[in-house]
Amino acid sequence: MGAVHSRHITNKHRFVGFALIGLVVYILSNIVDEWRAYQGATVAVFVVAIASIILLTGYSGQISLGHGALLAIGAYTAALTQIYFSAPIWICFATAVLMTALVGAILGMAAARLSGPYLAGTTLAFAVGLPSIANQFSILGGEQGISFDAGWPPLSLGETFTQYKWFLWIATLAALISMWWVQNILRSRYGRGWRALKSNEVAAELSGITIGRSKVLAFTVSAGIAGLAGALLAMTVNNVSPSAFPLALSFSIATGAVLSGVSTLGGVMIGSVALVAIPLIASSISDRWSGSENLELLLPEFIVSALLVLTVFLAPKGPIEKFRSRHSK
Amino acid sequence: MLRIKNLVVDHGAIRALHGVSISIEKGQLAAVIGANGAGKTTLLRTLSGLNKATDGSATWGDLNILHSKPESLVRHGISHVSEGKSVIPELTVSENLELGALWRRNRKESAQSKKEVVDLFPRLGERLSQRADSLSGGERQMLAIGRSMMAKPQLLLLDEPSLGLAPLVVEQIFQSIRDLTTSLGLTVLLVEQNAMGALKIADIGIVLNLGSIAATGSAAALRDDPAVRAAYLGF
Amino acid sequence: MFEFFNTLLIGITAGSIYSLMAIAIVLVWRSTRVVNFAAGGIALASTFVGTTILEITGSFWIALPIAMLAGAALSAFIEFFFLRPLLKRSGEKTQEIFLPIIATLGILGIIKSVLQFVYGDRIGVLTPPLSDRGFIVSGESIALSPLRLMILGIVLLLMIVLTLVFQRTNLGLSLRAASFSPEISRLSGIRVDLIRTLGWAISGAAGATAGILQTTNGSGSVSPEAFEFSLLLVFGFVAAVIGGIESLVGAVAGGLTLGVILAIILMYFGSSLVFFAAFVILILVLFLRPNGIVGVKGGRRA
Repeated sequence: MGAVHSRHITNKHRFVGFALIGLVVYILSNIVDEWRAYQGATVAVFVVAIASIILLTGYSGQISLGHGALLAIGAYTAALTQIYFSAPIWICFATAVLMTALVGAILGMAAARLSGPYLAGTTLAFAVGLPSIANQFSILGGEQGISFDAGWPPLSLGETFTQYKWFLWIATLAALISMWWVQNILRSRYGRGWRALKSNEVAAELSGITIGRSKVLAFTVSAGIAGLAGALLAMTVNNVSPSAFPLALSFSIATGAVLSGVSTLGGVMIGSVALVAIPLIASSISDRWSGSENLELLLPEFIVSALLVLTVFLAPKGPIEKFRSRHSK
Repeated sequence: MLRIKNLVVDHGAIRALHGVSISIEKGQLAAVIGANGAGKTTLLRTLSGLNKATDGSATWGDLNILHSKPESLVRHGISHVSEGKSVIPELTVSENLELGALWRRNRKESAQSKKEVVDLFPRLGERLSQRADSLSGGERQMLAIGRSMMAKPQLLLLDEPSLGLAPLVVEQIFQSIRDLTTSLGLTVLLVEQNAMGALKIADIGIVLNLGSIAATGSAAALRDDPAVRAAYLGF
Repeated sequence: MFEFFNTLLIGITAGSIYSLMAIAIVLVWRSTRVVNFAAGGIALASTFVGTTILEITGSFWIALPIAMLAGAALSAFIEFFFLRPLLKRSGEKTQEIFLPIIATLGILGIIKSVLQFVYGDRIGVLTPPLSDRGFIVSGESIALSPLRLMILGIVLLLMIVLTLVFQRTNLGLSLRAASFSPEISRLSGIRVDLIRTLGWAISGAAGATAGILQTTNGSGSVSPEAFEFSLLLVFGFVAAVIGGIESLVGAVAGGLTLGVILAIILMYFGSSLVFFAAFVILILVLFLRPNGIVGVKGGRRA
């Protein structure tokens, strides 16, 4: 949603921009193979997940190390909705968003009372604790998990229309809609309230913003979006299980947010593409050098970590802001 | 022999001091008075190394003050008691005092200094093992001054010691400052909102206004200056 | 009753190790206001150093102090070369804790991948110096073994040493003063930068000990992706938060509380609830006391 971010851009421009991105993805989806289509869908899932973190941290100033668990809630909700109500896929997504937003609201009420390290600790414990209880309930399928089947692409799209291309379409559409919605929220009264809160809580309260309510709302919205990301993630792998939502996923999303630049939505594609591309780059590097299995194992983590440290040092506000400030000087 | 020449200090885009020059002789007690936002605190923070100067110079004897860190200035005899009862509330009175002499790495000297401070402020002696946050405002100010005395300073920078204290206590604190200056031969730069009280004990006075020096002279002369009286003394 | 007693012993041992890790996290938080996830990596790396030294010398009692030194050195190195420049630039705005957290996560990742590079598939083996077979009380083997006793002893000794250092020495006074008020400390002549690095170093040594003990108390071997270390980092951090993040006593209280309750849950309710229980305990404690067990109400710069 790359370039679509500037003060002078109107809604109309924005819409054209979003439509263009949609068009590009549409064209690409017809060129690339199954594997690339799958990766494209994964990028779209990360866009949604990272946007939810940026909304929370970058705009309302709260920290979450536990968004992986929110993704899990969205994924399980979508799958259960499908299994027990045989609902169409878009209903599954909608219930995932609503359910996760509800959990987010509850979590947000706790979070609004907590600051800095306490919030970091609570969300971290949430990320570690929540997925593991899936084993307690047989309805959730234990370690094996439960299936979530988005179904074959409609026949009207043609015989050759592949499964992953269909996923790519759905995920891209979902990403575009949610980004559109987030952009609008951020420019609304609530979005301005969050930004005021982030820069100065006392001043924000004096100008009539209810801190608690505003923080809870931010958590709720962010969680809802994370739930959508979770449902989309489940769709791309056809399955929901506890092991799909390890602590590493929460850290990856936070990482993606920092690589994108936490303080603005403009760079959300950068982090998403990086998260998907880095393991591929790493494996091609290790292939070329030695084909060492060990190197292939450690290289992605090393590259991501090193990039993370570099970003924090060189472009703490993210690559987009860095670029912008360099060119405005 | 504190010599400040054309000192310029910026806070980001805002200029807090516009070329201030001050000269204080050894053993003098100088009072810097002025309204809120006149740059008084900035002046002290720059002299103790907490703020960076943009331009100008400041020397204490042969020592170039600017571009030094507070922790090394303390070692050269410059002690700063920052605004608002600068004590650490979580530590005991005794620990707060010891803190001031830690850098000397000499327990004997430290104990000796502590005894001297307690002689100076007997009230602190009664409360050595209490936490500093159990002290009254006046006692905290005594503790803050006492802590800086533990470093055996030659130049003492005091920021608003009267802030938030009852009038009687203020008088007491001011008297102690005057006594310290005279008995130990200290040089003191005292920043105060309470202009009248400060000028009463000071040898010289400096009036700071919007980051520049508006008037300077002997404290007695400033007390009698009609313009200063009208603007800062309120009568 | 017997079973419950054993569960308690297991919980206290595990909890004492979490306490050490919590202390490592609290020390760094107090000295620089950074939530240090790299602590997990420091513990891991120093445990590997410990295994190597043990391999060479054959002595656990040489390996442990060298691992502690390695942890201290690595931790100080990270503070000096990464966090110090980062915090200097961000102007130490305390509410901006997100970027330092991410930086330490990045450092954790770098440490893990470097260890993976150096050690590859070889796992480090840490043979404990004492038997882990339980003492026999009235014909039954209890959960307290010579090894567990040694672990508890080491933790207790370290805590006593830390308490003495913090309460009785000049270094301790400087460390406390610098964490409560860096500015007043600097004005008093304390070299706060140096003290911060020392705070990180002590934290590194505590983390190294926690890593070594966690390994001997567990499987006895360590790999870069060892689950025991994720556990140590997560529970150590949760324990620190439960204890109020500012307080060493709180860290110990938090670690023991967590260790004992989790052991009971593991014994009577099964393993899948353990992690969720940690979350529930944390929420409950913070609900009753938003600044932790030992936290001060409306704590400083909280």
